[in-house]
Amino acid sequence: MAQDSGTRTLISQSQLSRGRGRVIYWTLLVVVVAGFTLVFLGPLYWMVTGALKSGQEIAQTPPSLFPKDPQPQNYIDAWNNLALAKLLFNTFYYAIGAVLFQLVFDTAAAYSLSKLRPIFGNVILALMLGTLMIPAMVLIVPQYVTVIDLPILHINLLDSPFAIWLPLVANAFNIFLLKRFFDSIPEELMAAALMDGATSLRTLWSIILPLSRPILGVVSIFAVTAVWKDFLWPKLVMPSPETRTVSVGIYAFAGGTPMNVVIAASVIAAIPTVIIFLIFQRNIMSGLTTGSIKG
Amino acid sequence: MAITTVPETPRKPGRPPSPYSARPQRTSLGRKVRDNLTGHAFLIGAVLCFVVFSWYPMVRGIIMSFQRTRRGETTWVGWDNYSRIIADPSFWTAWQNTFYFTVLALALGYVVPFFVAILLNEFRHAKGYLRILVYLPVMLPPASALFLFKFYAYDPSEAGLFNAILKALHLPTSQWMQSPEMTMPAMVLASTWMNMGGAVLIYLASLQNIPGELYEAAELDGAGIWRRIVHVTIPQTRLILALLAMLQIVATMQLFIEPLILANGAGAEDSATSVAYLIYQHGFFQNDLNGAAALGVIMLVVLAGFSAVYVRLTAKQD
Repeated sequence: MAQDSGTRTLISQSQLSRGRGRVIYWTLLVVVVAGFTLVFLGPLYWMVTGALKSGQEIAQTPPSLFPKDPQPQNYIDAWNNLALAKLLFNTFYYAIGAVLFQLVFDTAAAYSLSKLRPIFGNVILALMLGTLMIPAMVLIVPQYVTVIDLPILHINLLDSPFAIWLPLVANAFNIFLLKRFFDSIPEELMAAALMDGATSLRTLWSIILPLSRPILGVVSIFAVTAVWKDFLWPKLVMPSPETRTVSVGIYAFAGGTPMNVVIAASVIAAIPTVIIFLIFQRNIMSGLTTGSIKG
Repeated sequence: MAITTVPETPRKPGRPPSPYSARPQRTSLGRKVRDNLTGHAFLIGAVLCFVVFSWYPMVRGIIMSFQRTRRGETTWVGWDNYSRIIADPSFWTAWQNTFYFTVLALALGYVVPFFVAILLNEFRHAKGYLRILVYLPVMLPPASALFLFKFYAYDPSEAGLFNAILKALHLPTSQWMQSPEMTMPAMVLASTWMNMGGAVLIYLASLQNIPGELYEAAELDGAGIWRRIVHVTIPQTRLILALLAMLQIVATMQLFIEPLILANGAGAEDSATSVAYLIYQHGFFQNDLNGAAALGVIMLVVLAGFSAVYVRLTAKQD
């Protein structure tokens, strides 16, 4: 992402740094920083501290800013009663599998479409991109029916991690992202490898993949967050309490559990993705915007 | 935020169309066939997944919508599922609610991020911090974020966060999710908070591509800030604006998890029932997969209509 390269924007820099402009700029900046902190970080603070409050304190008016008598017990209850360790492990397991499946199959497909360019490659790519326009909700029923009785094989994938992993491979956005990146790798490198007698697989492994680390990272992060954030699909295909993901597990328990405990569980469920985001925020942001066209 | 790109690969001019272009021209037929086999071999995994989990379900959904399965026997029933679905009074309520949500979400979730991005783009300080803040809620599992809204923000008693703020400002408090009039605005608010980060970042990236000279020229012509936005910023970002409008419509039409968690499904007086929720209801509670498939096809047709309009509009502008 182009970062503050000194190009002028809506308002010229000199106007912002002199006289009245300068005062307005700093006032606005302070207001926005404070406002955004309140709007976007505030609720998270409320969530983390609210889960520390007792049932009485939650119901009191006006609500208290700090928990008067912190109850870490809520977090412990959430961890134990909802079996969060198991739910988190499940989600983590599905996320790792999703990364591996997407990296192997989507990278191979993008490589083929970008560099090997087989006949009908363009038709296949178009058909893949076409699925971007089809909302998930439209396909949910026939997809579910397909998963409970896989065509030809007649296997039931309910409660099997493959029910999460395989549909995620059919991700046109990833393939498009990877293909665009591979397209930018010079053809000459490929030709040189061919001269040296390298096979296509060898070229992919020793030339393309090492050059593509940034984009592979982006695809992996997206895969993890997609699994962590998904709700309806895992709810449908992982019906047993032992195979649930963490979001589905919390939802299933929400009915009969005190609300501070539900919120405590929600905080715990959110921690992994928030950590991933804070560590990889640069990659995530560049990944989000690499594909976007110049307006 | 899965879809952020335009399927439009700008090919470098003069780029050779065939692979391994630098290689000698004397490729034999056998070599060509072998190359093609390798090419397809690399594609097979992904293509199989697309066939089984995307393309085939697409066709199957359409077929299912014309069938009825009873006691393991599948019969062709023509338009029966459709007429049954449409006759259901919640069908129209669901569409009404969904459109209402889409319109509100466009007003809030589409316009606000654009102006937020314009604002952030002007700042020389705290840019990274603000960007992280806006995108942070996008990373929360939606169930976590919605429980936060459900239990804390939209608590109808005065202990709720929003009611406490309203009371402190001496404004009338609200019943939030328990009042049919507030259900939709409350869902839009929660949904916008959770999702606006993606749009802001995409707008920011496209704002950075606007040549500064254009603003310079507009300013010299005496255009104020607002006119510079109207005559420079908006025309310069129109492709992204159009694309995100499209994506926003597709995303909001699928409104599901907000009613499910915030309103326990239908909400007060059916004020939260959405089309996607109805699909879920028919398919997985009323054991009416065929009716749900028909609803899915109707949704697809409606969205295809929007896509057609989108393609029309963007094609004309070019």
